[in-house]
Amino acid sequence: MPQMATAHELALQHAMHTAQWAGLRFSSETTTQRVVRNDRPQANQCALEEGVMCEVLVDGHFGYAATADLSGAGLQRAFDRAISTTRATSPYKVHPFSAGQRPRAAGSYRSPRQRDLDETGLSEITDCLLAASHGMKLSDLVVNRAASAMMVQTRIDFFSSNGSETRQSFDMVDITLAATAAQGLQSQTRTWSSTGQFGGEAFDRAIFEQQAGRTAQEALELLNSENCPSGVMDLVLMPDQMMLQIHESIGHPLELDRILGDERNYAGWSFVQPADFGHLQYGSPLMNVSFDPTRANEFASYRFDDGGNPATREMLIDKGMLVRGLGSLESQARSGLPGVANFRSSSWNRAPIDRMANINLEPGDSSLDDLIGQVEQGVLMTTNRSWSIDDYRNKFQFGCERGQLIANGKLGQVVRNPNYRGVTVDFWNRLAGVGREPATYGTAFCGKGEPSQVIRVGHSSPPCLFRGVQVFGGQS
Amino acid sequence: MMSVDFITRVHAHFDRLCADLLTKLGAGEEATLNIAAEETLFVRFNGNRVRQNTDVEQIGVSLRLQSNGRTVEKSRTLSGAMDADRATSMQLLQACRYEASVLPADPNQVPMQNNGSSNEEFRGALLAAQEVVPAVVAPAEGCDLAGLYAGGAVIRGNKNSLGQSHWFATETFFLDYSIYNGAKAAKGSYAGSRWNATDWAGNLARTRTLLALLDKPPQDVQPGHYRTYLAPRAFSELIGMLGWNALSASAWKQGRSPFKKLAEKETRLSPLLSIDENFALGLAPRFNGLGEVAAQTMPLIRDGELQSLLVSSRSAKEYGLLANGASEGESPRAMDVATGSLPEQDVLKELATGLYLSNLHYLNWSDPASARVTGMTRYACFWVEGGEIAGPIKDLRWDESLYDALGAKLIALTAHAEIDPATGTYFQRSLGGSRTPGALIENFTFTL
Repeated sequence: MPQMATAHELALQHAMHTAQWAGLRFSSETTTQRVVRNDRPQANQCALEEGVMCEVLVDGHFGYAATADLSGAGLQRAFDRAISTTRATSPYKVHPFSAGQRPRAAGSYRSPRQRDLDETGLSEITDCLLAASHGMKLSDLVVNRAASAMMVQTRIDFFSSNGSETRQSFDMVDITLAATAAQGLQSQTRTWSSTGQFGGEAFDRAIFEQQAGRTAQEALELLNSENCPSGVMDLVLMPDQMMLQIHESIGHPLELDRILGDERNYAGWSFVQPADFGHLQYGSPLMNVSFDPTRANEFASYRFDDGGNPATREMLIDKGMLVRGLGSLESQARSGLPGVANFRSSSWNRAPIDRMANINLEPGDSSLDDLIGQVEQGVLMTTNRSWSIDDYRNKFQFGCERGQLIANGKLGQVVRNPNYRGVTVDFWNRLAGVGREPATYGTAFCGKGEPSQVIRVGHSSPPCLFRGVQVFGGQS
Repeated sequence: MMSVDFITRVHAHFDRLCADLLTKLGAGEEATLNIAAEETLFVRFNGNRVRQNTDVEQIGVSLRLQSNGRTVEKSRTLSGAMDADRATSMQLLQACRYEASVLPADPNQVPMQNNGSSNEEFRGALLAAQEVVPAVVAPAEGCDLAGLYAGGAVIRGNKNSLGQSHWFATETFFLDYSIYNGAKAAKGSYAGSRWNATDWAGNLARTRTLLALLDKPPQDVQPGHYRTYLAPRAFSELIGMLGWNALSASAWKQGRSPFKKLAEKETRLSPLLSIDENFALGLAPRFNGLGEVAAQTMPLIRDGELQSLLVSSRSAKEYGLLANGASEGESPRAMDVATGSLPEQDVLKELATGLYLSNLHYLNWSDPASARVTGMTRYACFWVEGGEIAGPIKDLRWDESLYDALGAKLIALTAHAEIDPATGTYFQRSLGGSRTPGALIENFTFTL
């Protein structure tokens, strides 16, 4: 954005004739989607979203106006709109804020990568996807073979009237392979995904081929499997399901803006009360959970949040005790609770709100075999398929793509349609074993907010063992 | 009142951009351009106070180029300045051309055609930005109100190189809100194209009446099977699951449709159930992203039997089906569920003893092959005994097959229906919605 070098300064000066503080966040994001299905190109799309969010503090209230007109005049008009509306709404503000919620920040960030996405040719990507599609063709029963890659390149520059200047750029890749096997009225889908801050090194044809064959093989295996049995039994969750368990039953309930009621009308409130921090035994003593936007290659790593707050690793749950929430400087000011640097927006046209970043369950000291060996009767579940939780984040029900029975400490037959349900704090206090080998996953589609926003989050976890969980299968 | 200039300005901008770009196409090239634009004021409320206000002006254009049997689509934000947008649009075309030269052939490509022209504009009378907050909060004085006001112009347009031209613009608002008495809450929604203070006050008063019912003694309801009434908004949530692959022709062919048994006539739903895709509701434009125009009304389910899946032209080509103007995602855009015969005033009497659910929450397929859905109850939900509301329940998890809930377990649909306009705001304000009656269902399954 070279023309902004002076335009943003003039626009900030213009805003400061009226505002107590002004900020300007330029965001440019290119999302490229490549999909091959059944060996044919299904979609080749590329979207560029680019604009500026102008932010003002007027009479103790922050307000926003978004524009894609990056000229000096366009920025000043956007500031005028932000000031005009915010002056009218400030008498009704929920809390009197100050510029203290926008500390001066300076610095830069660039995603770690071995090779720029820009240097990764369309032919190379298409070749990997075609190889995966071919690799899933194990049988005519595999009726759908989809290989997709989403590449996201994002640049966020933030300037403010109190001297902030941060520049961050991100390269992200999200790859998914999906094989559906069908016969008669029955069908089963198995997927594999790889998600994180990577460059072109993510496109390794050998890995695509290897994972394609395994994915399709497991879809066929599920087609001929029994339904998961029902009953109360032990449960081993693999990292690609732990990701969802962490996200829904730890991440969301700990967001301070939910606890403060901002989200009540949309995604919901939280069972967590402000007084619970430092007192609530959220899970067993084996449970240690961190907020960590500093981890290389995880999906939601960054150096500053969208308010300029420097990102640091913080423990949220320590030996099962709830110690810290996911709240920005604004939420910290409103609640008086400690928080983190998580004031994040999805794009140039949305105001930042409290979001997850990377929320990780810290590794323990058990091997996967150790965890399985502790189970007399249970099931091991892999890869999330279905998710639902109440608006206070208590009663959840999750389903997985693949289950495998465990009897007397040994893995047994594969079962299909495995599901389990529980209540958050009770469930986490059933945590009886934590693996020592974590794997990292993420999603680009965590939805929240009014107006709504999807944002990228990362979750790293080892396999975990839970005792006495309500498990059940499908009707089919 | 809001300026009407945005619609006029964007219309002229799109016309000029298209006229410029579409004449630059070479031999063997065809292109479709779509525009999606809005000028929206968002105000988020918490505690009947303002949490955040955001003015957004956004214009996005997408270009689909079909060349030499290849298909490429690129989109970008526009600045609104003609010279700059003309230049960036030409860059889009050049980038599409390059990719079309590299990609393999797309055997499922559908040749573009001229699907005609349409022009619909619905002007409103919306509050000025400075008027919104006082207008919302004054009648709600003393309420713990949370929610979102969104108001302004929303635009969708489409043109292609064969002369096709569609335009849809509307000025609307919605106030999607809930009010609280401690942890108890009731949900409301006020939407339209002309803000009316009396209507808003009346809407809020009805929601307050519902909230007051939550002061009755709390009822302890254990998991089990209960006769259940889904009020129109709750039934709309349940019916909304049909948009998650159930009615998609491509999902059926790819083994991903929860309605496979219905599509293959292995089962049927209740004869009480009829559902149309009905654009006469005026909630969404009839044209899709390719400019194909759907029928004003198309039966999806009639007397419990599947009449039509939603078939995009791409699916039609791949699977030898007949396209019916569906969008590429093959989700319904204007579902209209036929009413039944149960009078609104008789709902509690017919329910007799069971659960009255105003809203559902966070639905998802829990066993797609059996069309089983799980979800939660939310907001004002009650235990009813002897045809009288006994008191509110704690939220319950349910898990039920649509083949059952919309099949043999469906006892009655109400004679009244409510429109549930789309209030989605991911990336942009959504258009569309549904109209649904209430539904009385036997032995609905509650699990937690």
